[in-house]
Amino acid sequence: MNFSKIYALGLRHIYLVMNSFPRVLDLIYWPTVQIFLWGFISKFFTLNSAYYNNTVGVILTAAILYDFLFRASISFNMMFLEEIWSRNFTNLFIAPIRIREIIAALTLTAIIRTLIGLVPAVVISIPLFGVSVLKLGIPLIFLLLALYLFGVTLGLLVTSGLLRYGPSFENIAWASLFFLAPLGCIYYPIEILPDFLQIVAKALPLVHIFEEMRNILISSSVDYINIVKSIFISCLYFVMGVIVFYISYFGAKKRGTLINMGE
Amino acid sequence: MFIELKNLTKIYNKYIAVNKINFEIEKNKTIGLLGPNGCGKTTTIGMMLGLVSPSKGEILIENKNLNNFRRDEILKRFNFASPYVELPKKLTVKQNLEIYGRLYGIKDLSIRINEISSDLDIKGFFGRKTGELSSGQKNRVSLAKSLINKPEILLLDEPTASLDPDIGDFIRSYIQNYKSKNKVTVLLASHNMNEVERLCDSIIMMKKGKIIDKGTSKELIKKHGRNNLEETFLKLARSEDEL
Repeated sequence: MNFSKIYALGLRHIYLVMNSFPRVLDLIYWPTVQIFLWGFISKFFTLNSAYYNNTVGVILTAAILYDFLFRASISFNMMFLEEIWSRNFTNLFIAPIRIREIIAALTLTAIIRTLIGLVPAVVISIPLFGVSVLKLGIPLIFLLLALYLFGVTLGLLVTSGLLRYGPSFENIAWASLFFLAPLGCIYYPIEILPDFLQIVAKALPLVHIFEEMRNILISSSVDYINIVKSIFISCLYFVMGVIVFYISYFGAKKRGTLINMGE
Repeated sequence: MFIELKNLTKIYNKYIAVNKINFEIEKNKTIGLLGPNGCGKTTTIGMMLGLVSPSKGEILIENKNLNNFRRDEILKRFNFASPYVELPKKLTVKQNLEIYGRLYGIKDLSIRINEISSDLDIKGFFGRKTGELSSGQKNRVSLAKSLINKPEILLLDEPTASLDPDIGDFIRSYIQNYKSKNKVTVLLASHNMNEVERLCDSIIMMKKGKIIDKGTSKELIKKHGRNNLEETFLKLARSEDEL
């Protein structure tokens, strides 16, 4: 791994954000709106339902964590799409940078875009709704790590699709996370799902992450087995995502799609 | 031989884009790749850049198969410019050159950027976003990017397409001047016959994925009994029997 090349590619995306105030605004706007929306919904449930009593923290924390996953994945996809939209794809793929360095650069830079969007939303939720994700304590770091790895994996799978099918795959980039969200048990416990879907859901790291989040907030205890499980599954998917990306890259070379991507 | 293409073939599904082409390029020579649209020039360049994998045949660089080089090791010896490939539009000219300079691992990058910017007269719009530039300015920036690593092998795909005669001549003069001062092997795909005659040591004519003739411009004009390269090109492009 050549870190100066990884830095160079990351710098390209940092410059892109720095050069455009509307882009920064766009990064901050959606997570903030999301927090406001879920914050008020949770507050309403808390005040008007015995069942939802004391759940404002749980629902809003789930919304913040889900948004972290969403932003991580979208950031990864967006950076790849930027190369297609700007017709810079050929220049990038003929530069002396290895594929693993491109993946590393996108993975590491996606965190910057994600945090630009999420930090203001997290900060706002503290005074406005009295909810702080920091209440999750040290396990929060591990939960975020698992979420980030899974978000990047989804990004890798979508970009693999872009390599395989070209820019027409772009719409899938936006839809990918919504497809998995019902199985992620973000806002409800896994028992809500039908039995056969529970089996599928358990194969995703999301269930373990969000179950553990609820466990920490409601029972104030930490089940590290759940955390280890979520990181392990996320790592497994990440490796799978990298393999799929490589397969798509070699497939694109075979089909010649790298040379006219974005035209 | 510096570069050799042996029986190079590219088949997309059943369509043969490049059909068993063979040619060699000596070190520091400039070869023109001529042919009508869709004759396989861009696919050939794509295979040389590692963007397209050949269906059959091989590309040898100093007798070593291109596939046997490490991607980053071989690509740092290459570079490419084409008006159909752009640099990130939202980044300034300086930012783009800085990023590509870093990707190519250039030492003393600011000195190199300064040098090439002065040569190509692009300093005047260094701080402007690349997407806001005129075609001529974009082409010069693209050329600057393609020379930032002082490539041993430079691939140019229609470098003066859609430029006014003045800027086109500036680019051609610059390439000519650059070649006289630097050791560089150039493969130039173009539809501009004057450009090819002016810059190339020899020419390869392609049609329907095949090489239909090769030689110096004088040899080709004489062989086909025409007055200039344009007439020779038209004769070859329109005749079926050459295949």
